[in-house]
Amino acid sequence: MSRIVGIDLGTTNSLIAYMDKGTPRVIPNPDGVAKVPSIVGMTDNGLIVGDPAKAHLTRDPSRTIYSVKRFMGKGLADVTDELKYFPYSLHEKNGVIRIEIGDKTYSPPQVSAMILKELKRRAEEFLKEDISKAVITVPAYFNDSQRQATKDAGMIAGLEVLRIINEPTAAALAYGLQKKTQGIIAIYDLGGGTFDISILKLKDGIFEVLATNGDTHLGGDDFDQRLLDVLVQEIAERHEVQVHDHPDLMQAVRLAAEGAKVRLSDEMETTVVVELPNGKYEKTLTRDAIESLVMELVERTLAPCRSALKDAELRADQIDEVVLVGGSTRMPLVRSKVEGLFGQQPHSELNPDEVVALGAAVQANILGGHNKEILLLDVTPLSLGIEAMGGVMSALIRRNTTIPTSGKEMFTTYVDGQTSVDIHILQGERELVKDNRSLARFQLKIPPLPAGVPRVEVNFLIDANGILQVTARDIRTNEAQSVQVKPSHGLTDDEVEGMIRESFQFAEEDIKARQVIEARTEANAIIVATDKALTRASNLISDKEKADIHRTIQRLSETQKGDDHRVIRAGISEVEKVTHHLAEMLMDATLKEALENKNVSEFVK
Amino acid sequence: MEHSHPTSTSARELPMARSMCWHCQSEVTGEYLCGQCVKVQPLSKELDYFACFKLPRLLNIDAQGLERTYYELSRTFHPDFYSTKDESEKTISLGNSAFLNSAYRTLKDPIQRVEYLIRLEAGAVKDIRSNPPADLFEEILELQEDMETFRGLSSEKDSTERTELREKLQRERGHLEDRQEEMEKALRAKYHEWDQLQNANADPNEARDEKNVVLRSMQEILSNRTYICNMANELLEATG
Repeated sequence: MSRIVGIDLGTTNSLIAYMDKGTPRVIPNPDGVAKVPSIVGMTDNGLIVGDPAKAHLTRDPSRTIYSVKRFMGKGLADVTDELKYFPYSLHEKNGVIRIEIGDKTYSPPQVSAMILKELKRRAEEFLKEDISKAVITVPAYFNDSQRQATKDAGMIAGLEVLRIINEPTAAALAYGLQKKTQGIIAIYDLGGGTFDISILKLKDGIFEVLATNGDTHLGGDDFDQRLLDVLVQEIAERHEVQVHDHPDLMQAVRLAAEGAKVRLSDEMETTVVVELPNGKYEKTLTRDAIESLVMELVERTLAPCRSALKDAELRADQIDEVVLVGGSTRMPLVRSKVEGLFGQQPHSELNPDEVVALGAAVQANILGGHNKEILLLDVTPLSLGIEAMGGVMSALIRRNTTIPTSGKEMFTTYVDGQTSVDIHILQGERELVKDNRSLARFQLKIPPLPAGVPRVEVNFLIDANGILQVTARDIRTNEAQSVQVKPSHGLTDDEVEGMIRESFQFAEEDIKARQVIEARTEANAIIVATDKALTRASNLISDKEKADIHRTIQRLSETQKGDDHRVIRAGISEVEKVTHHLAEMLMDATLKEALENKNVSEFVK
Repeated sequence: MEHSHPTSTSARELPMARSMCWHCQSEVTGEYLCGQCVKVQPLSKELDYFACFKLPRLLNIDAQGLERTYYELSRTFHPDFYSTKDESEKTISLGNSAFLNSAYRTLKDPIQRVEYLIRLEAGAVKDIRSNPPADLFEEILELQEDMETFRGLSSEKDSTERTELREKLQRERGHLEDRQEEMEKALRAKYHEWDQLQNANADPNEARDEKNVVLRSMQEILSNRTYICNMANELLEATG
């Protein structure tokens, strides 16, 4: 059994974790950083993902994709309100959003797959083995289309997704294991783009979710947006610069807003500085100011909490522990609101950024057959139903039903000889079809018989991933019928397959991009080292030599900005050549020092 | 809604005990797993929720015991423990798990439990039907009318008429909720009656008439309760 990793595919950051002798651990990059910004940049030399792409965001905003999770499993109409904030253009094909970058278009699962591949590569490098199986987390309040899109992303990335697991539940697993908690706990998970509340009962190794609720369109991104709007307006008033007309500036202001928000969780006051084409914009922000900007958003999380309590048939004071998850819970305002609602101080001992990935690794370990003690019983967050006469939804499976679960419905005909029945599957809590989420449609084939005689039973089964499977059976013949379900906002199997093929082509480009990044890192390291050596050894070499070296590293620092790794490599050899003598001189000096009983390392450093 | 048709099962579908293992064809002697090859076995289509939990068809259930059995069976069936197994076992585990979850959800809730029992027992008595008594029907119609009037009144100018009507409707809702509580009390009394009958007459055909009387009266309380619940909810939505 090959290793299964756990992945937190977040709106702003993603992480990958594994089980190390019974303890879940996140996998860091060589610099010890575990968080990978969920940002993808398209350069002339292929893809870049994570931190390098974040740097790309202000350089080339129209070719840098961030917060793609917001688009997963959605159509264009779902996101029209926020289109103006995104620097790239979108269109829709077969009910799925497509992101246009240059002359190429990408579906959100494809972009997510790029992030997943980067995480996979990182894990493979760290663990020194191939990774092909994963557990991926999603917000608990994700609907069927959003879950399916996440699964598709895994497939496109070359991962077998063994389980889609809910983020707050994953957090509960990690938390419960570490703290050996028993009783009722509430997980309040406010991330970059989504909010979830889940209430669980922990008893003898069983993690039973009693109720979940949330808002898949509410998170730290929205906090940034509120602040961004204020800054953009003020920049227009004070400096007469229309930030909306400059995508790069827009991203710079957005990052400045995000930075200020983060700082204000620790400090009472901070300054935002943005370089404008015609000067510098500076603003001092207080914690009170940002709190009043986002107050309404934070309060919006409280209604789902109350609904979840109601569905779990519990009062707030019956919750034994409240646990905070997600980067946005670092905000003191969020903490005090949560404390106000539950009447107790929430727990935040675990790193709120990492706990979800850690829980995914725990679940991966269970699925791998390595842990029989723990069992997670999760629920479906939304009611599932079908369109009934008069445009109303008839529910087959109620929200907060433990999964797997199934609902059956018998279909018959109203006209003699009728050979098909159209079935429209919906998800949501509203009365009318139009107010709920359309998941899929399919046509049930019926043998031509007098009206009312055919009896076809359709079974709607929600599996442990929270994903719907539809099967049908002719009751008269007891034969199974194939059902071709067409998702309303999802990729077809053929499309996913095409994207998997395409991703192999991208792989080559990815390697190129990686080579550029590596060459760049090396170039920067050599520039810094040479600079240091020059100051240390200024009396060892001639002024002309010094000037030569200076010129070469100057050149390298220019070429390393380019997108051709070969040119950068050439620049590096150039520097190596010209500093050869300097290195020798340093060695000699070091030896001499050593002979004089001085500390070698001190000198070389 | 879960639908179980214990009476419409075909002869081919035998209960799981003393049937053949789908995998190794040996006789299944264990409860859910084949004694020979240890593969999980599909639950019989004849199995009802009570039998799934090894409970007699009684209405007073020990909640903690029910939960304990549920957790135990979940550990036997849940797909998480079949992730490394072959497709057939995965499918069986998924089906069994879905059935178990429906069973637990139904039995855990006292109202769903009795509704389910009546459906099960209705195999023996087909004619369990009840209509709401005329007085209740009239009352509901009247309330509906008042509610329409209330909704029709503009919310902007908070007229005294509107305030008075709201207060009246809220009072009515209180009455309905009181009645709902009374009905549930009556229902619980019937639970005892049913359980006593069942305990004294274990065979389903014994004391059939008495049993049917109890079933019918429970059905009547339930359907009246549904009308009242729905009405109370509507009032709550309308008046806030």
